[in-house]
Amino acid sequence: MNTIRSALTIVWKDMIAEWRTKEMFSSMFVFILLVIVIFKFSFDLRVSNATLLVPGILWAALTFAGTLQLGRSASLEVEDGHVDGLLLAPVPRSSIYLGKALGNLMFMSITELIMLPIFSALFNLNLFRPLILLAVFLGTVGFASVGTLLSTMAAHSRAREVMLPVLLFPIVLPVVIAAVKLTAGVLDGAAWQELTVWVRFLIAFDIVFLVVSLMTFRFVVEG
Amino acid sequence: MMKSIRKAGPLLWLSALTIIAALCLVFLYAPTERTMGDVQRIFYFHVSSAWIGFFAFFVTFVAGITYLRTKKRLWDIVGHSSAEIGIVFTTMAVLTGSIWAKPTWNAWFPWEQEPRLILISILLLIYFAYHMLRAFLREPEQRARFAAVYGIVAFAGVPLTFMSIRWWQSLHPVVFESQGSGLAPTMLWTFMFCLLTFTILFFVLLIQRCRLSILADQVEDLKRRVLH
Repeated sequence: MNTIRSALTIVWKDMIAEWRTKEMFSSMFVFILLVIVIFKFSFDLRVSNATLLVPGILWAALTFAGTLQLGRSASLEVEDGHVDGLLLAPVPRSSIYLGKALGNLMFMSITELIMLPIFSALFNLNLFRPLILLAVFLGTVGFASVGTLLSTMAAHSRAREVMLPVLLFPIVLPVVIAAVKLTAGVLDGAAWQELTVWVRFLIAFDIVFLVVSLMTFRFVVEG
Repeated sequence: MMKSIRKAGPLLWLSALTIIAALCLVFLYAPTERTMGDVQRIFYFHVSSAWIGFFAFFVTFVAGITYLRTKKRLWDIVGHSSAEIGIVFTTMAVLTGSIWAKPTWNAWFPWEQEPRLILISILLLIYFAYHMLRAFLREPEQRARFAAVYGIVAFAGVPLTFMSIRWWQSLHPVVFESQGSGLAPTMLWTFMFCLLTFTILFFVLLIQRCRLSILADQVEDLKRRVLH
């Protein structure tokens, strides 16, 4: 109980910091618009039916935006030694991880809620379907769980902007594959049976990486 | 200061002999495959390299867990050495796989037909990430901790990556059934012998590489003592 309460306090702290600066959301909004424009032009000129590419573009954009957000959130902690303050607090290490992961999950979800209507409008396609939202949510949980751990590691290294995607992308690849498959399946009207495989896969990924990250996080922040 | 470990003496000779024997088996003893011809002989060393690629990763994973538990420098050395050997064998597996795929599927990199080749390429990327992480961390103790954590996290992801690639390609047409059970007994023997050969070679390299790291540590230690 105590673990969860202190985790929520950390989430609250991150929310207040964001509310005062509004750095993340303003930059994310512009970033997403730019990603969509780049993709639209780089594919539209060759492919006759651009809607076929929407699942791929959506997840590529989510991956890039998510990576930026994770990197920003972790480097804010490390830069001015905020993480030392967190470590001095009398809370278990796991609640620091949970708090950071929950915060990342929340920020990424809000970004996605901004992103989906823009996608729907620009590609003339309704993306607000329950299964797509489920795919986005489960994918983001997996992304945030392992991303929180790896971004903390990357923030301590030199060249942290390059380090995070290098560490993160090969590991979250299954999430991208499963989420793209699921999104594409929903848009194509695939059978429920075919889709549940990917839903279950995403849930398995989320559980595995939540557990592994929870167990290893304390080794990253101590020392 | 750590004591240095002995050279891999007898194991080194055993490894040399088995490699020569394996080459003889692959080129002289194993029969020529009916549909693919001589190019199929690449299979023996290709799969053995891939096996060492995975095995080295497993050793890094175990060394990572042990390091986090004991905080002994030796386990960091083992993990690092194993990852370094792994990168060599994984590269070999990707390259031989590409050479094999060209005459078989008429593509250097058959994305759709061969999930295992894609998996091993992703493993190679993970190895690159592991080494980059080490290179970009200055403080040795922190480097050891982070590398151990990354080894564990990445290892947990490998089965999931394989499953996702498998299912992803299952909707595409499969041109050839996977090799697997269709091996003639002589081929199977040759293959098993190659696996054994590569495993011995891995341990020889691992011992030598760990020895090198320990000696480097000792030199570093002596240097510090002379200078201060």
